[in-house]
Order: sequence, then C-alpha cells, then structure tokens
Amino acid sequence: MSEVPRFWRESRHRYRLVGTRCLNCNTLYFPPRVICPSCRRESVGKMKEEEMSGEGEIYSFTVVHDGLEQFKMQVPYIMALIKMKEGPFVTGQIVDCSAEEVRIGNKVTATLRKVRSEGKEGIIQYGYKFIISP
Amino acid sequence: MRDVYILGVGTTKFGELWDSSLRELASEAGLKAIMDAGVYAEDVDALYGANTSGGQFVDQEQIAALIADYSGITELNIPSIRIEAGSASGGAALMQAYLAVKSGQYNTVVVGGVEKMTDVPSEVATEIIGGSLDAEWETFFGATECSIAAMIARRHEYEGFAKRENYAVFPVISHKHASMNDTSHFKNTIDIEDVINASPVAEPLTVFDNAPISDGASALVISSDSKKISEASNPIRIKSSSAANDFLSLHDRKSIDTFKAVKKSTNDALKLAKLEIGKIDAFEIHDSYSIAALIQMEEILGKQAVKMTEGSDFYYNSSNPLNVSGGLKAHGNPLGTSGLYQAVEATLQLRGKAGQRQVKDPRNYLIHNMGGLGTTSVSTIIGVD
Repeated sequence: MSEVPRFWRESRHRYRLVGTRCLNCNTLYFPPRVICPSCRRESVGKMKEEEMSGEGEIYSFTVVHDGLEQFKMQVPYIMALIKMKEGPFVTGQIVDCSAEEVRIGNKVTATLRKVRSEGKEGIIQYGYKFIISP
Repeated sequence: MRDVYILGVGTTKFGELWDSSLRELASEAGLKAIMDAGVYAEDVDALYGANTSGGQFVDQEQIAALIADYSGITELNIPSIRIEAGSASGGAALMQAYLAVKSGQYNTVVVGGVEKMTDVPSEVATEIIGGSLDAEWETFFGATECSIAAMIARRHEYEGFAKRENYAVFPVISHKHASMNDTSHFKNTIDIEDVINASPVAEPLTVFDNAPISDGASALVISSDSKKISEASNPIRIKSSSAANDFLSLHDRKSIDTFKAVKKSTNDALKLAKLEIGKIDAFEIHDSYSIAALIQMEEILGKQAVKMTEGSDFYYNSSNPLNVSGGLKAHGNPLGTSGLYQAVEATLQLRGKAGQRQVKDPRNYLIHNMGGLGTTSVSTIIGVD
C-alpha cells in the first residue's frame, strides 16, 4: 500500500489531463511542471494548473507486441504520441479500434480507463487512454 | 593541460553468460585491462565503475565498491565510484575518468563497465530497460523503450526522410562485423529481409531492430603518467570527451525524430580535439535500435547519411567504417558496459590489432554512447598522435 500516495498525487493530471501553464510566456505544459523550461526563474510562482480538452490528433504510433509485464494481457496494444489541441504532446494508448484503423493525423479524444493494477488485491490505477473521434 | 592515454583494455565475451556473476565479469575485464596496461594495483589512483541497473537486475548497489573489493584492491583503499547515466553509463564513466586524470588529481585510473542482465526473465529485463524512460508519464501508460523508438521510426518515414530499408540496414552491418569478432554475442550474418520480416516487437520494429539482452564487462586503464606511457607498447590518446542532454521524454521535444544532444556532444568533442568531422576515420555508435543508429548518423554526418545506407559505405573495409565491433546490436548490449566496449574496440583498431575486421590505418575514432533515445549523449574521440 506504500504505492498509494505516488499514484494519488497524480490523479487530477491522469484523470482530467490537468497540465500547467506558464503565465510568463503563456505556454501550456503537460505533464505538469514546476519550472518553465523556456522562462526558468522568471516562471517561478507563475505556473498555473489548467485542464485540457482531451482533443488531439495522432502524431505517431506503434503496435506493441512485446510489452511490459503489467500489459501482457493486452498485447498487441497501440501506443501513440498525441498532439493535443492545446499544444502539448501526450504519450498514451489508443483503444476501442483495430490497429488497421490507426493513421497519423487521426483525430482522437481522451477517455478515462483502467491502466494497470497491482495484482488481485492491490490498488487499480486509472488514467487517460485515447479513442478515435467519431 | 596534460594528455591522457589508454594504456590497457580488457573485455569479457558478451552474451548469455549463465556461469558468471556480476562481480566475476567485472573483475575479469578489470584484470585483463591492468595486465594489458602492464600496471599493478599500487599504480591505480581511482576506479570508476559504470552500471545502469544493477539494483534491479541483481539487487546490488554500491557496485564500484563491490568491483574493487572482488578485484582484490580494497586493502589499498582506492576510491571507487559508480557512474549512472542510463545506457550511456559507460561513456559517462569514461568521460569522468578522463576528466579526473586530465585535471591532475589522479595519474592512473581504471574505468570499467558491467551489466548482468540474464538473471531476470526477459519481460522483467524489458521493464528494467524501460526505467530510462519517464516512469510516471511514459512507462506507466504501457510505453516500452522499443515502442518509443518505433514512434520515432514511423514519424521519420512519414516525414519522408527515410524508408524502412534505410534503417533496417544497420543490424545487417553490425551482424556482419560481429561475425569477425571473438567476443560477440551473435556470430551469424543476416540480410535486410530478415530484419523487416522478423517477428514484430513494436511496429515497424522487429526483434532484429533491437539490440539483445546481454551480460558482459569491459575495462580500460587510462593514465597521464609519462613514464608509464613511454613504457606502454602502444598507447592510444583520448583526444576529447564531451556530453550533452535533451529532454527525458520524446513528448517534451520540439522534434521527435532528431537527436539534438548527439549533434551537440559530437560538435563539442570535435572542437575540443581540434578536428573536423572529415578527419574521423571510423565510428562506434549506439545502435540499441536500428532507427537510433540512423538518426545518430544523420546528426553526425548530416542527411547524406541516409543516402550512405544504400551503398556499402559503413562496412569495415569502406569509407566510413561503422560499428566494426559488431555494435550493440550484434556484439551485445550489456547496458552500462556498451560505452566502454566501444572504447576497447577503438583502441584495438587504432593499435592495428583488430584481426580479420581491422579497419585500414585509422587515426581518429569517434565513439558515441547514448542514454535512452537521444536523452544523454557522450561523444569521445580516441586516436593516435
């Protein structure tokens, strides 16, 4: 159970795609950052949390056949790099479609799903995955 | 500033070495290096040990202390420090050892790398290799290191910079060279069709686009002691060593199919060595994935590198010999060891002692060791005066 705080503290970012905007240069970052890599010290105390829309498009993708132990039951699964409407890139899975349907440029929408679990009795971890927009 | 020379090199065979433990591999390589150098433990001022993930592969930290201990030098209280920079640990350790000697604090240093990867099942090894990615924002969601390489490859093809064959050729080159090297993990040769049609790992990459899971250790003795250098049979000089970094994750980079850090570390190393790229006679680069090899060569030689994959330019007997050791792909990839084996190979080549795979009269070697996919880059130039 020692793992709980590690996941709990990221919940809002993983459930609702909450990133941080640098109020100095107005760039939105996801995953969230405490320091803006462009403005550095100018950004200290000026990073404000902001939720993304969940809309984006596929920038690149792959079909994973030889995956991590935790994802063994899911192979083959699709990993993608999504360019979000608001600018940031996000690494996540594409679900509810076959690999043949996936193309660079496809519009996608974020959805909340089970991502992994710590065995039968451990906590279940949720987070975003993406589905191809209708 | 004083010059730093490689006095001796040593390596174990690479591969699935069931009979050897981490400490045995490390001391075997270290002993070979100091015997090759003709020095004794009393001559050694410090030990730098490279290791990427011993804590996870064999539950062991303080690896440098362990290596020193089981190499029998602990009675001398020689400082022994581990360097970790993902799969660039070997290159990073070599750089730190070089700087320590260059600075004047130490005269003679042993730098070694070791990784014992086959004590865990291969799925667990894949998980541990993924530790070089962002655990919270990549691995958590199912990304493996190969899946990240695959996304680089797909985008690079989509942009029209290269075709599948332009990177599928790198494993072919490495296997050809490894077949001529006694310490290689693999000795078989393959062709481009084998690479493309092998079982997929993360599309479009197949099992042949990936470097293997290997055990192995390599070590060097480096020194600026003028007496030892003059006594050494064939000292080779480290002309420069330079590192650079990029964002840890692909999703944070402005471009996903370029490796800015490779260009930076290589240009800095060339500048420090007062050399132009045209003066580099041969290369050892980090072909952990075929696509990574192509992108590195694009950063080092420019876009002409893509065209060069279509001929025979990168073979040992051609204009730009590349990974004549067999590379990480076929000589083997014991993570933290890779950068040091690159230096062992360069030394053997510069001494003219590489046997069947000898490059014709090389004077300057560029070795590039990488952590993750373009995250940490270490470029080192080794040559004869």
